[in-house]
Amino acid sequence: MLKSFVAKRTALMAACVTACLGATALSPAMAAWQPTKPVEIIVPAGAGGASDQMARMMQAAIQNNKLSPTPIVVTLKGGANGGEGLMDMLGSAGDPYKMVISNSAIYTLPLANKLPFDWRKLTPVSILAFDNFVLWVNAEAPYKTTQDFVEAVKKEPAGAFKLGGTGSKREDHILAATVERIAGVKFSYIPYKSGGEAATQLVGDHIKVNVNNPSENVAVWRAGQVRALCVFDTEPMNYPAKVTADQSWKDIPTCKSQGIDFQWIMLRGVFLPSGVTPDQVAFYQDLLGKLVETPEFKDYLEKQALKPSDLKGPEMVKFLEKDEALYRDLMTQAGFVATN
Amino acid sequence: MEALESLLHGFGVLLTFHNMLLMLVGICLGILVGVLPGLGGPNGVAILLPLTFTMDPTSAIVLLSCIYWGALFGGAITSILFNIPGEAWSVATTFDGYPMAQKGQAAEALTAAFTASFFGSIAAVMLITFLAPWIATFALRFGPPEFFAVYLLTFCTFVGLGKESRHKIVISLALGFLLAAVGMDTVSGELRMTFGSVELLRGFDFLVAVIGLFGISEILLAMEEHLAFKGQEAKIRLSVVWRTWLTLPRYWLTLLRSSAIGCWLGVTPGGAIAASFMGYNLAKRFSRDGANFGKGKIEGVLAPETAAHAAGTAALLPMLALGIPGSGTAAVLLGGLMVWGLQPGPLLFVEQKDFVWGLIASMYLGNIAGLIIVLATVPLFASVLRVPFATIAPMIIVSCAIGAFAVQNAMFDIWLMLGFGVVGYLFKKTGIPLAPMTLALVLGDKAEDAFRQSMIGLDGGLGIFWSNKLVGTITTLALMMLFWPLIGKAIDMVRGSGRGVPAGSESSRA
Repeated sequence: MLKSFVAKRTALMAACVTACLGATALSPAMAAWQPTKPVEIIVPAGAGGASDQMARMMQAAIQNNKLSPTPIVVTLKGGANGGEGLMDMLGSAGDPYKMVISNSAIYTLPLANKLPFDWRKLTPVSILAFDNFVLWVNAEAPYKTTQDFVEAVKKEPAGAFKLGGTGSKREDHILAATVERIAGVKFSYIPYKSGGEAATQLVGDHIKVNVNNPSENVAVWRAGQVRALCVFDTEPMNYPAKVTADQSWKDIPTCKSQGIDFQWIMLRGVFLPSGVTPDQVAFYQDLLGKLVETPEFKDYLEKQALKPSDLKGPEMVKFLEKDEALYRDLMTQAGFVATN
Repeated sequence: MEALESLLHGFGVLLTFHNMLLMLVGICLGILVGVLPGLGGPNGVAILLPLTFTMDPTSAIVLLSCIYWGALFGGAITSILFNIPGEAWSVATTFDGYPMAQKGQAAEALTAAFTASFFGSIAAVMLITFLAPWIATFALRFGPPEFFAVYLLTFCTFVGLGKESRHKIVISLALGFLLAAVGMDTVSGELRMTFGSVELLRGFDFLVAVIGLFGISEILLAMEEHLAFKGQEAKIRLSVVWRTWLTLPRYWLTLLRSSAIGCWLGVTPGGAIAASFMGYNLAKRFSRDGANFGKGKIEGVLAPETAAHAAGTAALLPMLALGIPGSGTAAVLLGGLMVWGLQPGPLLFVEQKDFVWGLIASMYLGNIAGLIIVLATVPLFASVLRVPFATIAPMIIVSCAIGAFAVQNAMFDIWLMLGFGVVGYLFKKTGIPLAPMTLALVLGDKAEDAFRQSMIGLDGGLGIFWSNKLVGTITTLALMMLFWPLIGKAIDMVRGSGRGVPAGSESSRA
């Protein structure tokens, strides 16, 4: 109680000092904004998922390297595939103590579910990384290459091959629908609650194929239970260290080279609510800039096989615009956009 | 005997002063969060997670898992003393635990609950120690049809073996299903019954529902009955523990049965809550004295506690071996593993021997230490009953409100809790059981997802629930449980026993 009272008073004083300094137009460096109470990372996903892991890693890296003057807390708001967390951010205008780690749900939720959300109503800070998608099959399956796999699917009646992924009308589902279109095949798509579930279901042979992110399948890949056929990117992933007995992430060929010409990557970006000041955005851009240089973060990128990114500011907005247009286009073609 | 060697190695890793101290701290904190309704294991672990970032992984997991054991123990305390479950998996413990406390046997009930928890937990740890690789393979055989069959079995056990009238159980179940359907539908990817409300996006959290349905409604009832404004007279000595222990061996079958149910449901994600209900219902079914369940039978405390604790412990196995959390707390621990630089999955047991076996060793030691600590506190907790209810009630309400708020940091959930309190009160007045609704709220959407996932694809049809031995057996068992009253009647008729007639007339309502 007392502590928070003191913190509030300090915050007031800090605000006053900032305002006074701002009024006399001193150099921006001196007026730099600093948090005076704990900063909340909102995770629009469930416990243990990729976004949660990222938030915990950020919390640990920021805390261990003393990058922020105040503690970082992680709050899970995973209801409605993350809609709960996004709507919470929408309602927190002007609050510089909340940041959200978001993925492509910022496009899919408004399009598929008519959720009254628009990322333009938040303040983009930076994209920390991109996640790849890989075409995985059970290690016992007879097909060893993407071409063999596509042939095998074509031989069976349409829909005989079950493809499992996270949720419905989301990135995995969109990717599955697009692969169907490009390769001229038909799967039965099974929506699961998480990528981890899709991974074990593939190992247990309850589904024939999934399009999990590297981090969701790495454990079973290393155990020799699944096989990676190709990665949906323009070039192979840049991690040459061996992950399994004989393969590295870099050894996985691109799907383009295997006849499925399609690039599909997912952002892992940080947003602040609307109505925050440029000072505050600058503080977080600086914080995240230092974060990506920490050994914890680099280690995390490699372990999860994430693509590093330094998109921020106008470049980030440009990317979001383009990415959203792609989502809208693909979702419209797949019939996932809510019409009523 | 490789397992034994590894286990000894684990004890070697664990037995440092530092780790033992963390263990005790963890257990005491765990009991504390377990006692407070709503502030359960997941919250306790999540709050302390950041403190462990700089620890080595083994110490970190020892601290956090001991919070979990503590919470498992602590959940029973308020169930028995106030009819208010401290954790969702303690709901079934209230059925006989509270009547026991009312009869002045609070200390016996607490002792039984703690000892049963210990027994269930040790059974599950032994399973993990010796059969971990085999169980991990077994869990992989579960696809959507198998999951659905398990959920079906849980629901059918309830309807077939419940003590209330069947139609009231079904009403309660149906309302639970309805509430469970609110929010995002996994299979269609559509929002359901949110009516444009942001608060409803996340659906109804069962913890909030449990706190309201059981906790708040109990207080409302007590207020209405002007009851117990003076404390209960209860002489409590530590020797009660010993006397209770002497009576336990005769319930060995119940303990074993509940352990088996718990281990099984913990590994296949039915979870501790389903396990506790199923343990209770089966104990009642097979007990010679089943009619007296619900009136304060010690067996009715032993059965659910053993099952819940076994399931809670076994739930850690899929988390470690497959990276799939079997419970809420396991999900939070999973996040922790990644931060400590560990990769849960099939190779964890091979590559991180210190960590895995240190954790398993801590399950043994943590539970022994936990048992000693909670038993020592039996007189203390039982004497809480001497405090007038009028003094305790406001504290319970505040604690309930904090618990409901803590689930999602949402003020809305406090209102929801009060709403559920009124619903619980009306249910109790009309004799509709609350437990089926809770169960349906917890498992309803999972069961629905599993059913609809089974129906997708070319082989989708009801035949899929008999498509292999495993799923066929579970489904058949489920249907047998559902029609148990009729089957029981048929058996009696074949035997030509006259005793079957009154039982039959009752079950014809099924």
